[in-house]
Amino acid sequence: MGDEAFIGADGAAGVGEAIGVGEAFGADEAFIEVDGVEKVFDVRRRTGFLKRERRRVRAVDSISFRVARGEMVGYIGPNGAGKSTTIKMLTGILTPSGGRLRVAGIDPSRERTRLAHRIGVVFGQRTTLWWDLPLIDSYRLMHRMYRIPDARYRENLDRLVELLGLEDLLEVPVRQLSLGQRMRGDVAAALLHDPEVLYLDEPTIGLDVMSKARVRAFLRELNAERGTTVLLTTHDLQDIEQLCSRVMVIDHGRLVYDGALAGLHEVGESERMLVVDLERELPPIEAPPARVVKVEGPRQWLAFPASESAAALVARVAADHPLVDLSVREPDIEAVIARVLNSPAEPPEAPREDVGRVIS
Amino acid sequence: MAERGAVVEGLRAYRLIAGMWVRSSMTYRTSFAVTVVGNLLLTGLDFVGILLMFSQVDRLGGWSLPEVAFLYGLSVTAFGFADLVLGSMDALGARMRDGSFDVLLVRPVPVLAQVGADRFALRRLGRITQGLAVLGWALSAVDVEWTAAKVLLVPVMVLSGAVIFGAVFVAGAAFQIVAQDAAEVQNAFTYGGTTLLQYPPTVFGNDLVRGVTFTLPLAFVNWVPAAHVLGRPYPVALPGWTAYASPLVAAVCCGAAGLVWRSGLRAYRSTGS
Repeated sequence: MGDEAFIGADGAAGVGEAIGVGEAFGADEAFIEVDGVEKVFDVRRRTGFLKRERRRVRAVDSISFRVARGEMVGYIGPNGAGKSTTIKMLTGILTPSGGRLRVAGIDPSRERTRLAHRIGVVFGQRTTLWWDLPLIDSYRLMHRMYRIPDARYRENLDRLVELLGLEDLLEVPVRQLSLGQRMRGDVAAALLHDPEVLYLDEPTIGLDVMSKARVRAFLRELNAERGTTVLLTTHDLQDIEQLCSRVMVIDHGRLVYDGALAGLHEVGESERMLVVDLERELPPIEAPPARVVKVEGPRQWLAFPASESAAALVARVAADHPLVDLSVREPDIEAVIARVLNSPAEPPEAPREDVGRVIS
Repeated sequence: MAERGAVVEGLRAYRLIAGMWVRSSMTYRTSFAVTVVGNLLLTGLDFVGILLMFSQVDRLGGWSLPEVAFLYGLSVTAFGFADLVLGSMDALGARMRDGSFDVLLVRPVPVLAQVGADRFALRRLGRITQGLAVLGWALSAVDVEWTAAKVLLVPVMVLSGAVIFGAVFVAGAAFQIVAQDAAEVQNAFTYGGTTLLQYPPTVFGNDLVRGVTFTLPLAFVNWVPAAHVLGRPYPVALPGWTAYASPLVAAVCCGAAGLVWRSGLRAYRSTGS
């Protein structure tokens, strides 16, 4: 209960919390509290006949953050960085090796079943639905299992079915659903009991463009209208760009960035691009700190730090040059994150698209 | 207090999940009837094997056909009930491998109930029906002077036996959590166990008989109490009252299985998949 006094938050936790706020008050301020949480696995590996090597792996290495009620946070990082392990600890599936962790004031690993009533979880790669049964059977079972009051259940079900377009799928066995349909079915299942927080582990993995858009639109609405706290891990940075005001980047079990998406650009020293069309071919424009990276006839590309104002630069360029047209291009976020992670040596099991599209 | 709450919650969840599977299997009544009959015939093949043996010999390890049928009926019926309630637990290894075990941990009901009730199938009644039929015939055919105690011992054997087999299922499932994939090991003890008990202990080696008496006490499903009912010597030297010890053995097995299950679950939660 209130046995441990909260000793000054260290700088790593970003969201403004009042010092000395007790848990009773803190519950609303910081809905999810993670303080120096770590998870160490013992990995046994065969090194020869009957010979085994034991290795300690720090999947999560002293992570601290807070998430306020109603926030929508993206949690990103390369494969094996510790994203899923964090989610598993937050849901009580795994017990942390150290540190302190509270969700809605509950210690997940100690009171897993009590917490289960207040959280919703969607695993992108596996379903929480009963595979061989029609979708509606899973929902009926959730209704009884979570002890959702009848009226509430019916209301939630109707709303979710409408918003996620599940009308025609309710009688279809889950195994016959397409990936996108199943994902929508899973999202609905996770929300029937009105959870206060929704964890999504790669909710858009493998979905086509339409399905992605549908899931994203739904999540935005859920967060805006119901104030549901959302924490999502993803490889798809568009998820983050379109949904999350805050992003946490994890690498090798450590939090390397926690803040607004915009701030990531500064940390990543990313550059924006000003593309100008001049009246005629001219020598490269000189307007430091911007520098010309490409000239193609009357069109020139100027790279400038993302933190600089584009307006000032445009004004300067326009003053000395005959401008016909211009556009500003935002940096490619994947490239930015690749730079934040500063990892030319990706873990070998991550030959994914993470680093693929660095500036074309 | 919390323990009792968990048991009540678990039973409720079990009922909910099992009920759903029953309703869904009932949507295709014909198919359901066919599978029950199929299950009955398939599991009955074991007894056909015993009958074939007795077409060549008069006694098996010194036991007559009705006596062996008595053992068979007890073993199959007891196992049948355990299989009905917890038979799906051997699928746990697959759940460990594909990661769907995590899903069970985020639901607000005990994991054991979810695993046990998963794919609850009434077709397993086929095995019980078949076991009861053989048991009924054996009871009418064996040459026993029935006393009240001996009559009472028959249902007690079936129930205790079911609990003992159930405990083996649970312990096996816990082992699967640790070993990731060990359905075959579990099957060796469950299906292997019930087959073993269909034959008189006298046909097996002493070490094996001692093992299933003292280590994994399957002998208390039927061998020991049935020997008492039939007026035969116990498979190993034991005091006379042990014929009535099956409920006690079952309770101990339950407790042990519970502990093993809990530590299996804890091991999973601290190591992950």
